[in-house]
Parts: sequence; C-alpha cells; structure tokens
Amino acid sequence: MTEVTATGPAQVPEGQAVVEFSPRLLQSPEHELCPGCGHPVAWRVVLEVLEELGLANRSLLICGHGCYTQMMKLSDIDSLQCLHGRAPAVATGVKRMLPDTAVLTLQGDGDMVSEGLHEVLHAGARGERVTALLFNNGVFGDTGGHLTATTVLGQRTKTSLEGRDPATHGHPIDVARLLAQLDGTCYVARGAVNTPGTVARTKRMVRRALELQMEGAGFTFVEVLTMCPTGWFVPTPEGPDYLEETMSATFGLGELKAPGGP
Amino acid sequence: MTRRLMEGAEAIARAMVAAGCRFFAGYPMTPFTEVLEHMARLLPEVGGTCMNAESELEAVGMAWGAAATGTRAATGSVGQGLSLMQESLSEICHARLPLVVLNMARGQGDYHQATRGGGHGDYRHVVLAPADVPEAVQLAHRAFWLADVWRNPVLLVGDYYLAHVQEAVDEGVADLPPVPDKPWALDGSTGGSGSARMISPLGLAKRGDPSFVEYGRHLETIGDRLAAMEAGVEPLAESIGTDDAELVVVAYGTPGRYLRYVVEELRGEGLPVGLVRPITLWPFPSAAVAAAAEVARAVAVYELNTGQMHDDVRLAVLGRRPVSFIGGLSFDNSGFGIAPELDVERLSARIRRALDETARTAAPA
Repeated sequence: MTEVTATGPAQVPEGQAVVEFSPRLLQSPEHELCPGCGHPVAWRVVLEVLEELGLANRSLLICGHGCYTQMMKLSDIDSLQCLHGRAPAVATGVKRMLPDTAVLTLQGDGDMVSEGLHEVLHAGARGERVTALLFNNGVFGDTGGHLTATTVLGQRTKTSLEGRDPATHGHPIDVARLLAQLDGTCYVARGAVNTPGTVARTKRMVRRALELQMEGAGFTFVEVLTMCPTGWFVPTPEGPDYLEETMSATFGLGELKAPGGP
Repeated sequence: MTRRLMEGAEAIARAMVAAGCRFFAGYPMTPFTEVLEHMARLLPEVGGTCMNAESELEAVGMAWGAAATGTRAATGSVGQGLSLMQESLSEICHARLPLVVLNMARGQGDYHQATRGGGHGDYRHVVLAPADVPEAVQLAHRAFWLADVWRNPVLLVGDYYLAHVQEAVDEGVADLPPVPDKPWALDGSTGGSGSARMISPLGLAKRGDPSFVEYGRHLETIGDRLAAMEAGVEPLAESIGTDDAELVVVAYGTPGRYLRYVVEELRGEGLPVGLVRPITLWPFPSAAVAAAAEVARAVAVYELNTGQMHDDVRLAVLGRRPVSFIGGLSFDNSGFGIAPELDVERLSARIRRALDETARTAAPA
C-alpha cells in the first residue's frame, strides 16, 4: 500500500500508470480545493450518476455559495448560480417551469442548514420534485473553518476554539432527520466519502434519488459527509478517520426514508 | 377597443398575464396581496404557475429560477417585503436576468429603495410609476418588454390607491417592438455537449467557455451595461403648463394624479404653475425637469415621504433654481398612506404658498 504523507500526493510506483478516472462531465480537473477535501469525491459521484442515467443533457444544477461552487464552473452541466441559502427556492422556480428536467441543488452545511434551513424544509414539505444535495463537512470551509449548524459537539472551529460546547454554541441539527418527517419528501439518505465503501454506497443513494425524481415521486435528499481537514485543524491524512469518529458517529449513515421503507 | 371597469390590482394582474407572464410568486402583504390573489386565479387558466411563497426570500428565489428558464416571471411585495428581497435582486441584476417586480407600496417611502436599491454592488432597476389604472396596464406590458430587452429587473411601483381604485381600462396588448431571443435561457439541454451553459452573478460562463471573464472584469462589464441602460431606456414624464409656469411642481404616482388635477384647477384661475410627473423614476426624466426649471423661477417637490425624489429633482436642476419640498408623510388609521395628505384643498394651499414664496424671494424674471 502506498503511503500518503501530509505534505504531498501519493507517489506512483515506478512502472505503473495512474488510472484515468475523471468523469466525462468534468471538463477540467484543475479545481482549487484543498488536498484532502471530500467535496471533489462527492461531486465526482454525482457526475458519474448523471452520465450513467443518461441525464447529462436534461439536467440543471442550482448551486449555492461555498467551496463546492467552483465545481459548477468545471462541470459540463447546465448550471444556475444562486445565493447562499436560496437554492431550494430557486430550484422550485426552475422545476415548475421545466418539469421533465432533472433538477439538482448543491449546498454545503452553512448554506443549507445555517443560512437556508427554512428554504429546504419548505421545499421538502411542498414535495418539490428536485434532488437536494448537502455536502456536509461541519464547517464553513470557504471562510476558513467556522462553526455551522451541523458542527458536531466537541468539534474545534475558529469560532469554537475549545470545541463546540452545547451550553455556549447549542447542538448540531440533523437536517436529514427533519426532512424525513415531512410528508412531501420521498427519499432521504446520508452517505459519506471517507472510504471507498462509503463512496460506493453514496453513489447508490444519489442514483436512487435521481431515479425517484425522474419518476416524479417527490422531494429527494442526499446528504454526503465530506472531509475538511484544513477547516477541522487535523492533519490531512487523518481527515477520513476523523469524519468517521465524529460526524458519522453523531449522525449515522444510511437511508432514513425510501419508498417501501429504508 | 374593449374597455372594462376593474380594480387596479386585477387590471395589473390581467395585464401581466396578457404580457406573457407565466410564473408569479409572492408572500401575502396588503396591498400586494390583492395582485397575488388574482395571479393565483389567472395563471393556472393559461398553464402558468403562481406560488404562495413561504417568505419574500423564497418568492424572489422562485421567480429567479423561473426567469432563468426564459419564462416571463414576476414577483413583488410592499416596501418592507422588498427590503427582504434586496440581496437577491442585486444578484439577479448581476446575473443579467429579466424579471418584473411589483412594489404595491404603502405611501411613497420606498423611493430611495426603488431607485437606489438596498442591495450590494453596482446595479439598477428600471423603475416605472403609473399614476392611474390605465397607465398601470400599459406600463405592466412595458415592464416585461424592458426586462427582456435589457435582461434586467424592472420595478413597477404602485400603492394602495392604485390597487383599489376602479377605472375603465383598455386591455388591448400594448404595441411594443419585438424582444431579442433568449439563447441564454437554461433548459438543461446543453450538458454533456462540452459547452454547457451557466448563469451566475459572479460571471456568466463556465471556465472553459471562450466568453469566460474573471470576476473583476465581469463587474466592469456590469458598469458598462448600467451606463448603456441609463442612456438607452427612454425616460418618460408627463408635463403640464411647463412652457409658462413660474412654479413647477414635481410629483409621481398617485400624488402625481392629484397634483395634475390641482395644477389644472390653479391654472384655470390664472396662476402660473406647472407640473412634471415622472413616469420612469429610473432613468429619471432629468431633461424634462431641467427644461421646465429653465423656464420657471422655482421648483417644488411633492411626495408622500420626508423628501426622497427631492434628491433627483435637485440633481436634475443642478442649482439653477431653488427646489423646495412641499410633501410630507401621510398617516391615517389605515396605515396605507392614503390620507390626509391626498386632499385637494391641502395640496392647493401648499402650491399657493410655494408660489407666494417664489414671488417674494426669486429675482425678477
């Protein structure tokens, strides 16, 4: 097994080629996200599913503001950039006018759960036939690692330096659990990208959500727990384990709601 | 020509639908609510969608999404609700999307909000201010036309009085030139082609697109476009007696309608007064105001606030004539700013006083 260091990428053993695994819909791999960030992995999964379901030329991405925003500029998918917090409402206007198009929203935890919680809940309650994606890394990564509504208890951020203390900072919100309670939602799931196994499972969740959207079943939601080692103040190689021990342990992975039961 | 008697709120809603509006979203707030009610009834009849949004933030967001698909879309509120929408309205301007926004205002306290905006960055809305229901119908058509031509939000400013007065209106479709095609409209179809489209307030193209520009350059192009829009949108105003008036009154919207009556009455008595009623508040009809001021000795501004359009009149006159403020807040128990300032006797007395003041202080003509 190749050793990964905190200071540089994995070394490719001599005589072996790096397997090209960029999805076709990614026009350039030259993103500016940090080494160890989980967002590109999560986004790759989404692009692969769009391609595999044959939805590339009938899908529209509505993107909020965060680190992941730049993936929009690099992806060969019709895209609409909106404001932090507002993607579910903007997606509502799009989907009502383009009912046969696969409409996806992409938001981070600061975007969806802190700034725009009511928007996603109302869209879920209305049963808007869109797929809402939450890339949850527990911090405002773009601003440099600050407390969001999903930061887990004990987690250090630049605005909770001694760790999230419920007496001072309150408790994290499990937005998937809130959405699963609403009659308008038909699919709610939470995956992660900290191991090859969780990535594969997350991909199945995204696929199921998009399939259900295209069947007109109702509001579909996939949360993906992703690593933000720079925002977490942990060494880059420890990011995946930190995710498992803190976020996955707090929120749990799996389908919370699906047709016929999770 | 068919003329029908109808209330302003219904007339505006019907005109928007006739103009091709197929998406409307709003959060109830009187006197905007009345338009929302009519849209909720009218739009499904033509295959459109009306959303009773959960907040003004969501209303403007929904309209943003619909507009990005190339649909003629509208939203609105009163001034308070529009305050909530300002962040989105700035971004919609920067994203170059056409949208019609109603402000069925309470009084005229939102002039600065309408013409300067409360959002961020360099942006402007075209602002139209009808004084009566037939004009509101024509301007509703014009609003969608201007929005499409300039790919920019257009604000239509009314008030409680406009929403509730009943007048005979001609519902014929306004005769406006054709609008450009919308090759930018998103329908999801270009993904996977190597040149998918994007609409963003941060710049309008994917990074690999030949038309991609960096954010700073994008902001500069916004400035260029605002200058072109200010020069290109025809400023509209109604002028009465401005070729011989010694005192020119400037008023817009419902007060403009009252002032039109009062000024004509006073002119009938032989008093040298005139009126300029701006119909576009942005671009402001500065040339019409300046031309009237050139002939007159003084200018007086009447509006139902403590002096907001007063700024634009002074900018138009540029110190060549004194510009006084003779308006004021109108408060009654309704909270909608319809009395007591809108009283013909009171308006008449204010103008007479301003005219006396002009005669006493101004240099001999």
